[in-house]
Amino acid sequence: MNQSTKTNSTKKESTENDNSQANARTISSILTAPELAEIDHEISHAPTRSAVAIDALKIVQKHHGWVSDESLSGLADYLDMSTAELDGIATFYSLIYRKPVGEKVISLCNSVTCWIKGYAQLEKHISRQLGVGLGETTTDNRYTFLPAPCLGACDRAPVMMVGEETHLDLTPEKINQILEIKGGQQG
Amino acid sequence: MISKLPLTQNINAARDPVNLEAYEANHGYQAARKAVLEMSPDDCLQVVKDSGLRGRGGAGFPTGMKWSFVPMNTDSQGNNVSDGHKYLICNADEMEPGTFKDRLLMECDPHQLIEGMILSAWTIQADVAYIFIRHEYHFASKLLQDAIDACYAKGYLGKDIFGSDFNLELYVHSSAGRYICGEETALISSLEGKRANPRAKPPFPQISGLWGRPTIVNNVETLCNITHIIRNGAQWYKTLGIGQDHGTKLFGVSGRVKNPGCWELPMGTPIRELIEQHAGGMQDGYKLRGFLPGGASTDFLVEEHLDLAMDYDVIGKAGSRLGTGTMIILDDKTCPVGMTKNLVEFFAQESCGFCTPCRDGLPWSAQVLDDIESGNGIPADLNTLQNQVRFIGAIGNTIVL
Ligand SMILES: Cc1cc2nc3c(=O)[nH]c(=O)nc-3n(C[C@H](O)[C@H](O)[C@H](O)COP(=O)(O)O)c2cc1C
Ligand code: FES
Repeated sequence: MNQSTKTNSTKKESTENDNSQANARTISSILTAPELAEIDHEISHAPTRSAVAIDALKIVQKHHGWVSDESLSGLADYLDMSTAELDGIATFYSLIYRKPVGEKVISLCNSVTCWIKGYAQLEKHISRQLGVGLGETTTDNRYTFLPAPCLGACDRAPVMMVGEETHLDLTPEKINQILEIKGGQQG
Repeated sequence: MISKLPLTQNINAARDPVNLEAYEANHGYQAARKAVLEMSPDDCLQVVKDSGLRGRGGAGFPTGMKWSFVPMNTDSQGNNVSDGHKYLICNADEMEPGTFKDRLLMECDPHQLIEGMILSAWTIQADVAYIFIRHEYHFASKLLQDAIDACYAKGYLGKDIFGSDFNLELYVHSSAGRYICGEETALISSLEGKRANPRAKPPFPQISGLWGRPTIVNNVETLCNITHIIRNGAQWYKTLGIGQDHGTKLFGVSGRVKNPGCWELPMGTPIRELIEQHAGGMQDGYKLRGFLPGGASTDFLVEEHLDLAMDYDVIGKAGSRLGTGTMIILDDKTCPVGMTKNLVEFFAQESCGFCTPCRDGLPWSAQVLDDIESGNGIPADLNTLQNQVRFIGAIGNTIVL
């Protein structure tokens, strides 16, 4: 356990000598009590703290929408890992967001069957309606638009997810309804 | 009357998913109870070996043989003695483009999978099991977790299950993306909280897997089959197939057919029956140009292959693989180069980046295909593609038409 970094980073904020208490306070200013409870639950049935790295990143993301530098280093401390090691894991996995995203992520499947069934047209449609390209977030922060690998519903292609909802048999009209695009532009 | 289509016998798309009560009303958990209380792990292994079941994750490896490599520590009386954890992992990553069969099994009948896992864990004497499920399958994850909770409450999971002295903890682990996680050694790395880098074999996971302990990774559908094999026996199971391989399998069709979908059919069913009868044939105005028989990493087959039986070795001999059994149709109005480029782009993006031929070769191949598609190809491009295929090996086969 890297006790020295923990002590250094918490000293300024604490007048107490008890490092573990000070550390707990710093962590709780970065990660909320419900987050910590969920992470602790994962740790309770894992052989090491770092084993829950991916679960913990997902928990943080569930609560904040993404994983900020601050969350990442707080979490790394909490899991007895270096920040670099945890960032290496976070950036490997495509569904851990290291940049802020909008309230909901639109994941449009770009894999083979959806491609055959008109992915390119739908991508253009969404871009035009929302005024964003793939990888971008709308100015009102409602949506971030991302491509997704096959979503496992190819018999109902084209497919997208908006947040946790899966939408099937997409057409431009259906997309307008789902995204609540009022009086959407044609085409 | 025992169903000839056991995997989907409880499944009815118009109904809610099967809950514990309904599952038990149709013989559910009888096999698990019987196995744990009355059958030895060896007995169970023998039944699975005799059934001839081959893994449904894509490679078709015989399940009984795979399990037989797990060390069984027995004392001089033949009783099992534990020297630490053994793990069973259900591979529910299902990220191979064009594949949508495991989702159906999990979303419609979660207890069938859990019972299969109890039976499999008993056979290899695993005391901890995981369902490694892709993140996007939120509904299936929640359903499985509810089903698992219901099992714990009834003593079907946890300590001393079914009143025996066998313990089994079962956890759902939701992944964080990346296709490579579906490869079993990469999956193990990921479950340990690391980057999903594949590991060199040997040692095989059966000897040294999760946390260096004996581990079996099986596909969702494979584990669902175990439920019925132990319930009804190997002889019964063998009567289900109509070709070389035994049992039934979920087969699917996507693309421009009239009725895309997923059906349970006997192993050995001709491809033509799947595509023309169940999927209703091509949509009006489209002709069949070719198809990938079992997901994005299997080689194209064409019309002359339609009468082949859907058996692992038959499709293998034709130069492709049965893979996941979910077929993707290439129609005559879709550009084959464009489709191949889409497949290669997927693999380029999802490469774990560990080995050069895949990390660098796939983006290069995608670029070459892009040139060809846009009319800027040169004859030497074909050589380039062929060389790339040679370097990459199995996965690379997709890119030569
Ligand atoms: C790149 C890659 C991805 C894979 N993805 C999956 C997958 O999503 N699901 C799966 O069951 N098997 C997948 N496999 C196969 C697994 O490595 C493993 O063979 C399988 O889970 C074994 O199960 P089975 O013996 O029951 O078929 C993949 C293999 C490779 C090489
Ligand atoms: S290809 Fe889009 S859901 Fe499978």
